[in-house]
Amino acid sequence: MDLSDSPEDAEFRARLREWLAKTLPALPPKPSPDDWPGRRAYDLGWQRTLYDAGYADVHWQASPGVRLIFLEETERAGAPYVGAGFVGLLHAGPTIAAEGTAEQRARWLPPVLRGEEVWCQGFSEPGAGSDLAALRTRAWRDGDHYVVSGSKIWTSHAEVADWCELLVRTDPRAPKHEGITWLAMRMDAPGVTVRPLRTLAGSTEFAEVFLDEVRVPVGNRVGAENDGWRVTMVTLSFERGTAFVGEVVACRRVLGELAARARRDGRWGDPALRRRLGRLNAEFRALWRLTQWNVSEAQAARGGVPGVGGSVFKLRYSQARQDLYDAAAEVLGDTALDLGHPWVRDRLSSLSYTIAAGTSQIQRDIVAERILGLPKGR
Amino acid sequence: MRFRPTDDQRALREGVRALLGRRFDREALRAAVDRPGRLDRALWRELGAAGFFALRLPEADGGVGLGLPEAALVFEEAGRALLPGPLLATHLAAGEVPGAAEGETVVAAVDGGGLVEWLAGADVVRGDAAGAVPLDSVDPLTPLHTVPARGAADPVAILLTAAEQLGTATRACELAVQHARAREQFGRPVGAFQAIKHLCAEALVRVETARAAVYAAAVTGDPADIAAARLLADEAAVRGARDCLQVHGGMGFTWEADVHLLLKRAWVRTRRAGGGTESEELLARDLLAATDRQGACLR
Repeated sequence: MDLSDSPEDAEFRARLREWLAKTLPALPPKPSPDDWPGRRAYDLGWQRTLYDAGYADVHWQASPGVRLIFLEETERAGAPYVGAGFVGLLHAGPTIAAEGTAEQRARWLPPVLRGEEVWCQGFSEPGAGSDLAALRTRAWRDGDHYVVSGSKIWTSHAEVADWCELLVRTDPRAPKHEGITWLAMRMDAPGVTVRPLRTLAGSTEFAEVFLDEVRVPVGNRVGAENDGWRVTMVTLSFERGTAFVGEVVACRRVLGELAARARRDGRWGDPALRRRLGRLNAEFRALWRLTQWNVSEAQAARGGVPGVGGSVFKLRYSQARQDLYDAAAEVLGDTALDLGHPWVRDRLSSLSYTIAAGTSQIQRDIVAERILGLPKGR
Repeated sequence: MRFRPTDDQRALREGVRALLGRRFDREALRAAVDRPGRLDRALWRELGAAGFFALRLPEADGGVGLGLPEAALVFEEAGRALLPGPLLATHLAAGEVPGAAEGETVVAAVDGGGLVEWLAGADVVRGDAAGAVPLDSVDPLTPLHTVPARGAADPVAILLTAAEQLGTATRACELAVQHARAREQFGRPVGAFQAIKHLCAEALVRVETARAAVYAAAVTGDPADIAAARLLADEAAVRGARDCLQVHGGMGFTWEADVHLLLKRAWVRTRRAGGGTESEELLARDLLAATDRQGACLR
């Protein structure tokens, strides 16, 4: 067991720190959370900045040490979040890198790295959320195209995305986990309609996507026809396993700010509040260590592809994030009812964490059945 | 960063697990319950011969010369086997109290919080135990006395206690899963029911989170990491044992089932070395210190 930086890692960390200190003060101001085109431009601009400095592909690097150092240092310095690049960089990108052909990798990966294209995720449907394999969006073969009809829902970034990682049913007679195919679909293709959904936070974070005989070239299929479920499991393991690690560092920063605010407001003498924040410190320290543990295990056992241990992390983290912002509300007092405070918006959006990317209930089934070997059943 | 036990560390853990499996199996555990307050001195000497107490003592002083990470793995196994006795006090006395390293001398100690385990059963008592008041110990395998609190807790004691809690939490999760697979109700294993399944899953999540925290704290030796490890491991052990009891249903409430032994030992350890409150306060202070440090950097 060794948590120290290797000489190469230490050099990477020092170089990155220096670059962040030089680069961050020159960034343009952040757009408002509801300004989607502005957010797209801002997030892609940051990715381009990373690309020009040679940091763009850090999420896909083989070395887990370097990847964690990158997330740790950028968050600690208050650098922009991955934002609109989330699906492309942390989700579709790694999937295409692992399962795509050389031609597909050459077509899709560089624009993601250069901050030129945004991806969204077309997995969930009105009747297929937690039961993802119940999806009904159909695709027929017509020559060298698939013709796709159906609808998707809860699609983050749909309004500003260029591409969609789309799951479709190509064999309706097969058992439900078979007969599914993974396609890359252009969002500006004829027949694609995006209708924004308003979240409980009042913003339009995600959308419904309607597909009416959309033509997708067969060459846009990643993996074999009807083998989409397996490809999807690779995608989901990335999503649950490593996509949230930067956020843990961000939560630790917020927690420090909470403590500082409590002290400024004269609340530090309240032992119940102090102990609550102390306990959250333990929680987020442990989550960071769990991340390091999972990444080390994945590296050793599966060449970097995260395992079901990601479900363990996701369960714990999604709850901890909600606990953090509940504590923030206690620190804020009446201000916790003011939507103008960023912690209040973050508190509202934290409610999605135990639902998105597989609900906590589904994650518990996964842990119980696939790690503990308990019998299937409901 | 290679945050996994090395081959040598795994071999050490397997060795201790095999020794305890052979010398302190379930039958031995129940036999110990039937003769409270009496230690198995032969087993104590075997632990000494295996290096349990001298593990962190330098080789020049006749020790094994290993570090905190190895000690954490070994104490985790002790916690998993629910091994009774003042293991921690004797381990901490190795090199200072003659015979402790070899397992010839059983050492009890007054800890920072004022709790003394095995006061009457030990050969040597470290610290001022004058005026110690006996408790009717809730744990049949841990006789207890209290004295007024005596000052700051030792971070190593906190860490190794957390490692023991981790082991007990692991055992609780294993027992729950074992029972959930075997016990049938309504014509199927109870583990097929989501209500039971989710109790087991949550137990594992707590174990794995605590494991990462305990191992990391053993590597860094940082007091805030150690305090965090203790809070997570206490939670994993206590809630793990409670949920294990719930999964066992009525059987879990009986003296014959081992579940209560896990829970009671976990409770005893939550009171060691200042208790969880002290760790929460330390971690709260750490938040402000970190904020002040970062503020200083920005200026």
